[in-house]
Amino acid sequence: MLFNPPHPAETKVLTRRFGLPNSESIDTYLANDGYKAFLKAREMSQEQIIEEVKLSSLRGRGGAGFPTGMKWSFVPRTSPKPKYIVVNADESEPGTCKDRVLMENDPHGLIEGVLIAALSIGAHRGWVYIRGEYRYLIDIMDRAIEEAYKHGYLGKNIRGTGFDFDFSTHTGAGAYECGEESALLESLEGKRGIPRIRPPFPAVSGAFQCPTILNNVETYYAVPPIILNGGKWYADLGVPKAGGTRMLCLSGHVNTPGVYEIPLGFPMMRAINELGGGMLNGNKLKAVVPGGSSCPLLRAEECDINMDYDSLAKVKSMLGSGGMVVLDETTDMVKFALRIMRFYQHESCGWCIPCREGTLWLKKLLTRLDAGVGSSSDISLVGELAKNMFGRTFCPLGDAAAMPTMSIIEKFRDEFEARLAGVTLPPELVSIA
Amino acid sequence: MSDLVKFTLDGRELQAAPGTLVIDAAKKAGIEIPAFCYYEGLSLQAACRMCLVEVKGAPKLLAACTLPVAENMVIETESPTVVDARKFTLEFLLTNHPLDCPVCDKGGECELQDMVFRYGAGESRFTEIKHHVDEKQWSPVVFFDAPRCILCYRCVRICDEGMGVKALGVTNRGAYSEITPNMGSHLECDECGACIDICPVGALTSGIYRYQTRPWEMDHVGTICTHCGDGCKTTLGVRNNEIIRGNNRDRSGINGEFLCIKGRYAFDFINHPDRLQSPLMRVNGKLEEVSWSKALVAVAQKFSEIKAASGKIGIIGSNRTSNEENFYLRKFAQAIGTPHLDHRRTGDIATLLDALSGRADALATAEDLYTAQSVLVVGADLAQQHPFLAFQMRANWRHHQSRTFVVTQGPVREDAFATRNLRAEPGQEIDAVTTLADDLKSSGDLIVVFGDSIRGDSLRKLVSFIASLGVPAKYICLLDYSNSRGAFDMGLIPGDGGMSAPEMLAASDLDALWVVGANPLADAALASQNAFVVVQDLFLTETAQRADIVLPAASAYEKTGTVTNTCGQVQRLSKALNVMGAKPDLDIFHLIARGMRLDLGPAQPDKIFSEIRATVKGYDIPLPVIATGGAALTNPVNGNVPHAAASAALVRGSRDTLFTSGTLGRYSPILSKVMEAPGGLYRK
Repeated sequence: MLFNPPHPAETKVLTRRFGLPNSESIDTYLANDGYKAFLKAREMSQEQIIEEVKLSSLRGRGGAGFPTGMKWSFVPRTSPKPKYIVVNADESEPGTCKDRVLMENDPHGLIEGVLIAALSIGAHRGWVYIRGEYRYLIDIMDRAIEEAYKHGYLGKNIRGTGFDFDFSTHTGAGAYECGEESALLESLEGKRGIPRIRPPFPAVSGAFQCPTILNNVETYYAVPPIILNGGKWYADLGVPKAGGTRMLCLSGHVNTPGVYEIPLGFPMMRAINELGGGMLNGNKLKAVVPGGSSCPLLRAEECDINMDYDSLAKVKSMLGSGGMVVLDETTDMVKFALRIMRFYQHESCGWCIPCREGTLWLKKLLTRLDAGVGSSSDISLVGELAKNMFGRTFCPLGDAAAMPTMSIIEKFRDEFEARLAGVTLPPELVSIA
Repeated sequence: MSDLVKFTLDGRELQAAPGTLVIDAAKKAGIEIPAFCYYEGLSLQAACRMCLVEVKGAPKLLAACTLPVAENMVIETESPTVVDARKFTLEFLLTNHPLDCPVCDKGGECELQDMVFRYGAGESRFTEIKHHVDEKQWSPVVFFDAPRCILCYRCVRICDEGMGVKALGVTNRGAYSEITPNMGSHLECDECGACIDICPVGALTSGIYRYQTRPWEMDHVGTICTHCGDGCKTTLGVRNNEIIRGNNRDRSGINGEFLCIKGRYAFDFINHPDRLQSPLMRVNGKLEEVSWSKALVAVAQKFSEIKAASGKIGIIGSNRTSNEENFYLRKFAQAIGTPHLDHRRTGDIATLLDALSGRADALATAEDLYTAQSVLVVGADLAQQHPFLAFQMRANWRHHQSRTFVVTQGPVREDAFATRNLRAEPGQEIDAVTTLADDLKSSGDLIVVFGDSIRGDSLRKLVSFIASLGVPAKYICLLDYSNSRGAFDMGLIPGDGGMSAPEMLAASDLDALWVVGANPLADAALASQNAFVVVQDLFLTETAQRADIVLPAASAYEKTGTVTNTCGQVQRLSKALNVMGAKPDLDIFHLIARGMRLDLGPAQPDKIFSEIRATVKGYDIPLPVIATGGAALTNPVNGNVPHAAASAALVRGSRDTLFTSGTLGRYSPILSKVMEAPGGLYRK
């Protein structure tokens, strides 16, 4: 079980059971408030559950930060169609590694969160869609689900409450795109993982064209504590309009990288200096990717901010999925831009033209620039192509590829210029450049 | 319907029904919003991003193909931002698109070319290496050049949604995504070529047309396909007296863009090496080439002799010759006083017309199949035998959620969307149909489509059962060839005391047999050893091999006239080309008549058609509709349908599949090259 030692600066809500002996077993779970929230929620009305979640100002932890209670309230509960619960465990954003830690250490927390969501809309079937690369997590979740069935927390007439719910794992095949909710649903239905035209949104027409609640793993984890302790308690842990705590996946050039649970609004420099134990080798901070590779980068001087949705929006970046990558002065930004673009080019599903062709072009262009072959206009072209992709693609993948690229060109153009200046071209390449 | 929505489009105040997509609303107002993936009638994609428009208040450009108009919406379709977006989308598209327009089949009618002319940059900023994949052949019909593909998914959708075949899919992802047959290396499909026609670029090319010509070098002749009875219009591309391609991209005709493999490609029989180009006469027991005049004189002389001796002349007409020819042939028979006239009956239209006597609006058109609320198919594998009618039904179900009921011998493609499907052996379908009474009563207006096993009494039973339901009902009697209906209507049926076709073949005292565009000896023997046999045909068929004189005839693509499809819709043939040595059957009739000093009136198709309109029951149809290339439904016949009583016993369907077309099909290289993938009738 991978997890880093707890840090005093953390606020342990989702991770409170981490480190307990056999924390993944249902016995440990039940001994530590396990499934109490579900039994409590069973006594509440559907409106009360949703109201409590709204009160908590919990926002989706997958990256977009949409208010969870509001999302649940969009589900037409009187629809004659069956309703479904889907968990997005297709955690693929570079820099993000929180969902796996949660599911590894505390799989029952997810099942309980899902059960409460199911209660709130009267769903009786759910799936957790786990990315293909997380093969071992499927085994962990399958064991937990089996335990839950054995102990009567899943299946028919759960713990005598008269509520039925079936839950199972579903594996992805290794596509970043399937983390986009509608592409995930296509994949879940056995089709090619390409996004759907929206509206309708999953709340109205999701899995198998039925009303569906689809949230990130971490979002579901936040639900049992909200029900147990009240939405207000949870909201007060964070900042206005963004309640509670969230998982911070701290990586890059810091001394103690790891996954930490912090309240919303936690200062970024404290995360680097306290949780991360300061910069690696005492080097200077150059830039920070605040929430996964699709967020625009922040320069060192922009990092003195609190980590919540609004503060990051003010500096034209995003809180994203919590994947914070710290880059020190030794980082080669040209290579960094190329590395990001290689990822998005590889993961672009190919559905729409700007993303499909744009990412490939940018990858080829950045590969060339990294080799020092090119001219100043090529550097401008990188920014322009990213701009031409931005906002024009079918789904946010194109934006995700464009945003960091645009910010790198804008903020670190000098490094590209230096790369071109520093290379003497072999004669056969002069004509290309 | 709720109130219209008011919105502003490029400064014009417009209205549209709620739910109308911006791209459609714009089109209606005469504003073209460019798009590759949007295609009328197919599901929405929003993939190509060409149709992005600016909507006031929206932070981003929005795709007009998936955006419904909203009250007070202000839309700009040609603002600088929008034009810029289009330009850059095209720039992206051209990065991996080969610039081989000068050799590409699509050059000159390519949607990508048109768009780049309109919006694109003159030069590309892309200096990297293009992604290349080698060209693939998927079937004798379909070739795929992946680098040209812009991934609009039209082909995937037309195959899945339009044809119900689902032969195409996508493999790989990102820029390496590729359209691929679901079978892997090859297509197992209808080989209809709809994917090729619908392709906006030259990615999908046809085995028949590729590298043959440039589109602007052809003349385009719209005529009616000669194969099945559906009566699809096919627009033939003709260059230098040669048909290079068939399609119907202008959507003229009852079939819109639809064509099956026969309509699109099976015109190739006209150039088959076995095509007869000179009359043949039996000399010393062997057929030898002779001149037209010699052959015609011989026929006229022999016919005159037999007539003078009051001998028996049997005439078997064709299911593919024009109405004018069939009408003229009947006049010929009357003039020489023979009642022995017939053609191969492929469906019991006689009984149907008789049973429906006195009822107007009882015959359905092909267009009706697209709008009816419910359709009942009895005893026919439509996707195999009548692909256009099957297409209409599928489109009706997809677009209007019509209800379909299927009663057939084996599994058919229509099962996939049928409300109910029942299996019944031929002859026992009516019992099965009666069990559908409750469903049919509650499904609104109905069209009944039935095949050759429903005839005579069982057909009358079907009609009275449907009448008892109390829902408005129309009928389509399935007939197999392009003018089977016309052959019956023009009276190619026995007169008083006349023999039917099987009786003629069986009569040992027949003095002469004249076969026009038919092959009765393919599966029957001629009893009369001494009969003088004259055959008019394109090829040396089994019947022609028995002939004493063979006269090379022109195909439907080499003549003018009219034909009547299986629904009773009359349409005009246009002449696409001449084939050296062959003559239209009408000319041959006329020349023989002249040789016999018979006066049968003028032999020009237009004049004969006037005669038909004046004298043939049901054919008093509006001339302008026909003259302008439209389809006019024949009028109901009220009583006195000739030969109805004896008709049922003579019905014998051809059992053609998608890839056969009677004797003619054998001579089509493309039909004999494709794999018999759909598995014959009633696939298992």
